[in-house]
Amino acid sequence: MPGKSADKKPSFSDTFSVVGGNFDDAGRVSSRIKGILKKMCLPFEVIRKAAICTFEAEMNIVCYAQRGDITLSVDEDRIVIEVVDQGEGIPDIDLAMQAGYSTSTAKIREMGFGAGMGLMNIDRYADDFDITSEVGKGTKLVMIVNITEGS
Amino acid sequence: MELGFIVKNLKLMVRSGSENLTVDVNGGYVGDLLSDVIANSKQGDIWITRQIHQNIVAVATLKDLAGIILVDNNEPARETLEKAIREMVPVMVSELPCFETAGRIYQLIAAREK
Ligand SMILES: Nc1ncnc2c1ncn2[C@@H]1O[C@H](COP(=O)(O)OP(=O)(O)O)[C@@H](O)[C@H]1O
Ligand SMILES: [Mg+2]
Repeated sequence: MPGKSADKKPSFSDTFSVVGGNFDDAGRVSSRIKGILKKMCLPFEVIRKAAICTFEAEMNIVCYAQRGDITLSVDEDRIVIEVVDQGEGIPDIDLAMQAGYSTSTAKIREMGFGAGMGLMNIDRYADDFDITSEVGKGTKLVMIVNITEGS
Repeated sequence: MELGFIVKNLKLMVRSGSENLTVDVNGGYVGDLLSDVIANSKQGDIWITRQIHQNIVAVATLKDLAGIILVDNNEPARETLEKAIREMVPVMVSELPCFETAGRIYQLIAAREK
């Protein structure tokens, strides 16, 4: 993100790490981030969209990566959530984005994850969404939610 | 309608969050897929599910849901219960299957709206 945001200093920025495979504490970072956004008194719908995107991204780190970092940056007119993980990566992003496509295990599904709707949800609720991935190395998501009054 | 009214009417067993039974419920959502519930439930919904894993508490707090009803006498996992008590999220157990649980609550809300 450096360069892109050079002209606009974020008024808030913090990074949270997520441990892969730890389903017991899953959703912790999403809850933290939601709490921060709530304290900023952002519009309800903006927080809702950011919470959905962050939760799905966090769960994908837990399901498919060894670890990852979620960086939340907020400035006057948008929320940027950057998610970088060290994990298995995604061989075919177009396929992974399709509703219902999932490589999740039976164990993951038993807990209610792995419906193959995560990336689709992010695409639907983020105002801007970019995903890049390298097999065997990791995946990077940039999700943007615009802060517009009355949204 | 108060969540407590639903609890009484359906004879739900309250396992956590009893301090939050005065919350207002105007709708509900039924689902076992967390991605579905996260995306499509609304704030204040009562969530009916058979998932008992502790991630349901994270979903309920993230979406500001009124509470979680586990159907068919499913009890919350121990970690789920501990987390729900900590976060004061009402987790309730219904002896009825999912269809009946949802149907009865739907009727209660619809009758109240008339
Ligand atoms: N961070 C990630 N690292 C590796 N693979 C991923 C990651 N995120 C998603 N995937 C792959 O994309 C598929 C679809 O992801 P998603 O839409 O979130 O659905 P689900 O997680 O329910 O399978 C996953 O099953 C997995 O194969
Ligand atoms: Mg997913």
